[in-house]
Amino acid sequence: MSSTHSASRRLILQASAATAVLGAPGLLLAQPKPVKVGLLHPVSGALAYSGGQSRMGGMMAIDEINAAGGIKSMGGAKLEAMLGDSQSRPEVGVSEVERMQQDGVSAYVGCFASGIALPATQAAAKYNTPFLIDVGVSDALVSRGLKNVFRLAPGNGKCVDDAFAGLAEVNKAAGGVAKTAVIVHEDSEFGTSTAKLLTAKLSGIGLEVKEVLPHATPTRDFTNLVLRIKAIKPDIVIMSNYQNEYVLIARTIFQQKVDLAGMFSVLGGGFNYKLVKEQPDVAQYMMDFNHWYSPRNPKAQEMRRQVEAKGGLFTFEVYCTYNSVKLYASALEAAKSADKAAVIAALEVSTWSDHFMPYGPTKFVNGQNQGGRAALLQASKTDIDVVWPNEFAGVKPVFPRPKFG
Amino acid sequence: MDPTILAAATINGVLLGGMYTLVACGLTLIYGVLHIINFAHGSMLMLAMFGVFYLLTKFGVDPYLAMVVMVPVMYVFGYALYKGVIGKLSNGKDENILLITLGLSILIENVALMLFKGDSRTISVSYSDRMIELGPTLVPLPKLISFAVALALCAALGLFMQRTDLGRAIRAVAKERVGARLVGIDVDRIFAISYGIGLATLGAAACLLMPIFYVSPTIGHVFVLVAFTVVVLGGMGSFLGAAVGGLIVGLTESFGGLYLGESLGQIGISLIFILILLFRPSGLFGARQ
Amino acid sequence: MTSTLKPVPWALHLGVLAIAIAFPFVFPSSFMVNFGVMALFYAFIGQSWNISGGFAGQLSFGHVAFFGVGAYASTIVQLRLGWSPWLGLPVSALAGALVGGVIGVLSFRAGLKGSYFALITLAFAEVLRIVTNSVSFTGGGLGLLIPMKASATNFQFADRSGFYFLILLLAAGSVALAEWLRRSRFGAQLAAIRENEDSAKALGIHVFREKVKVMLLSGAISGMGGCFFAQYFLYIDPLVVFGVDKSVEMLLVSMIGGAGTVYGPLVGALLLASISDITRVLTQVQGLSLVLYGSLLVVIIAYLPNGLIDLFKRRRKPAGGQT
Repeated sequence: MSSTHSASRRLILQASAATAVLGAPGLLLAQPKPVKVGLLHPVSGALAYSGGQSRMGGMMAIDEINAAGGIKSMGGAKLEAMLGDSQSRPEVGVSEVERMQQDGVSAYVGCFASGIALPATQAAAKYNTPFLIDVGVSDALVSRGLKNVFRLAPGNGKCVDDAFAGLAEVNKAAGGVAKTAVIVHEDSEFGTSTAKLLTAKLSGIGLEVKEVLPHATPTRDFTNLVLRIKAIKPDIVIMSNYQNEYVLIARTIFQQKVDLAGMFSVLGGGFNYKLVKEQPDVAQYMMDFNHWYSPRNPKAQEMRRQVEAKGGLFTFEVYCTYNSVKLYASALEAAKSADKAAVIAALEVSTWSDHFMPYGPTKFVNGQNQGGRAALLQASKTDIDVVWPNEFAGVKPVFPRPKFG
Repeated sequence: MDPTILAAATINGVLLGGMYTLVACGLTLIYGVLHIINFAHGSMLMLAMFGVFYLLTKFGVDPYLAMVVMVPVMYVFGYALYKGVIGKLSNGKDENILLITLGLSILIENVALMLFKGDSRTISVSYSDRMIELGPTLVPLPKLISFAVALALCAALGLFMQRTDLGRAIRAVAKERVGARLVGIDVDRIFAISYGIGLATLGAAACLLMPIFYVSPTIGHVFVLVAFTVVVLGGMGSFLGAAVGGLIVGLTESFGGLYLGESLGQIGISLIFILILLFRPSGLFGARQ
Repeated sequence: MTSTLKPVPWALHLGVLAIAIAFPFVFPSSFMVNFGVMALFYAFIGQSWNISGGFAGQLSFGHVAFFGVGAYASTIVQLRLGWSPWLGLPVSALAGALVGGVIGVLSFRAGLKGSYFALITLAFAEVLRIVTNSVSFTGGGLGLLIPMKASATNFQFADRSGFYFLILLLAAGSVALAEWLRRSRFGAQLAAIRENEDSAKALGIHVFREKVKVMLLSGAISGMGGCFFAQYFLYIDPLVVFGVDKSVEMLLVSMIGGAGTVYGPLVGALLLASISDITRVLTQVQGLSLVLYGSLLVVIIAYLPNGLIDLFKRRRKPAGGQT
């Protein structure tokens, strides 16, 4: 059981401490206790890919911080990763929270999925352990009055608001060509809540929602759905779903030659470098509102190079978790200790800006970073560019997209 | 409802049915002969699809040509799996085989996760997005091909079962296990052969599905329930049933999606399943129990 | 799936109960108490499957239907009607029983048995999942969130041990029910039905009626499990409470532990929960823990085809050789 696990670890720590004492008397009292950071992600089960990416980002942050000398204000204390697998299930997530709590964790970073984060943060709240949400966008996460929950990235509502602002500007710049929209969403919590927000607000920017088309996850075939879209002839299609269905729909739209001014997604599950690499013709011109890094930031570019050099993909899960861990480290520096209440207090007044996200300095209200925002991205046959907001944009958007010949 | 859309939905449903038939063929054989609900069917399909993926990306083998490799490899794998694991460990009890295939599916899926990581992969060959005009609608060429092969496969398997000695032996074991043993048929060998053939069809299915879909360690789940519906609808052990059942399920899904949307529309498949079980559990072409 | 054991002696029942009561005092950490809660939870819902699947021989793959209906029923009356969450328990029992009865009546009227029955229960559960996901009444895909307000009257315990003792009570009740089934005439009839329906009919047993009765009972228990789950995690959605995973777990704990036995589900639940936790702690390689889990399943079934209870059975064989 886990008690044996911690017992054996304690033994190892004691043994190494003893050797250190014997080997280097000058360093007797130098090494401060490491700070245990719980990385809780669905690394197996349905969400395994995203969980794995998140974990990788978290580990990269921890390794980087330790290599740079640890937490300076705590005498160089290192961060120690405690890895947790929620197996894509909420019950297991809660169990992992408890296990890590027993093993002395000081903070959690997780959980990728809102459905897992909801009960996990509640479990952590009992111990007032800081819980940094890396990706889950449900607004419920920061509106339950839990003092221990903090989210660096934007929530659903903010992402949708940003999507509108971006869409409105892009549309205006193109002479207002887009007047009608069809919303496609997956039918569980993520897609449904996003679609609800979208439907409510689209008319506010001059777009009429012709139809809302929910679909199951998984869905094997989208021909009918795409033919429906073809019959409605909207100017834009907005999607909110997970990777597999996203790719299938995009492919079907491409195959059926459905002419649109633009294809957008909000928090698109399949919009990433892999889509560009595997299906460049399909990916071209697609747009997505999503978590993204500041494209001109050299730190971000370097990290992307590192990840791609190892054969991985620089997806948003990687840097959202990476920056969440670094946020925690900044709070440790400010609080000068890993004491939970002190860290929470430090986070509440944090103005951290050493992230490479387009957020500005942090400012948390009820645990939500006010500066968190999504960016509008567009894929080309070879890359993904930020096209809005302008202060981070690299290229101008192609909108409306060319018709199928 | 616009007749063009209806026509398109019909064509789409038929083609979809072809894909389901492909996956259901093997399942109906395994169920018909061994009387086991092969929980591992989906994970086997997944392994086969990864096989096709890597044959293309690492060795440049076209997915359709890969059938030459995949079918025999999956046959051997199935035979060995039955002889070495399933048959040996199930002690002959049907419920235990069920649990063993369940355990196997968990095992296989997660080994795949360890080896291939969790993300979904797609392939793109020259004909992936080639569209054929079929009446009022455009159809991807790979879907047409998979439909044609599905029908051909069912026909071939049906003929095999009717006309060859081995096929007759398999049918005998399916119908009357004890009797078959009494007339000297090596029942255990027939079980292994049937399991092997069942998995071999998955090898073919994988080659045909890869240009259309994606593969990930959990792709099995996507097809399993539908495959079971087809098998039950068509009648366990009947290849004609798998073909017809596939068509009906495909059409139901297509029209369900058309009228109820792709979320609620999924209910069509489960409802058909229930109705068939309530009113004709042996399925359309299955042997009356 | 045989139960030719002698009835479990009272001493054993009391012993197990004593251990269970002492558990949270001996292992007071929240992690262990949570472990205990989940083990007892799966033992409870596993027992529900065991009653219809193990005792009566009606293998089902769709037990989650009753579970989900219970979870939604109790949550909806709490959120939309403002009822006390404790009323959720009887409400969920009724809801689960109702669905159990309907599915039982429909399936048994059509004469479905064995794998056919198993598959149709799977389909019914799927239908419920899809419908629940599509109607706004249940919150659709968004699910239902129960506001956090920890207090005993609100069926939310600040300390996990509150939940522990509640699920212990429920699980103990289910064990008592199973024990009663073994000794009662009803249970004997179910056993006869399980062994051979036609013979049972010939013996004068009203097979249809008894099978429906057991589905009512089983459904009620699963339903209550759903209510407990909703209160413990405070968030339910169609995927989690109507997903096929729970059906498989209910089936697994019973069959691994020993279907048709009183303590089978508890033994199975303890084992599977332990394996799950241990393999997760042992390795952080993506997926390896589940590989171990799957392998263990296969191995256990291979060598203990009647479930873990086999281990206990063999030890208790009297020297004279008579069972």
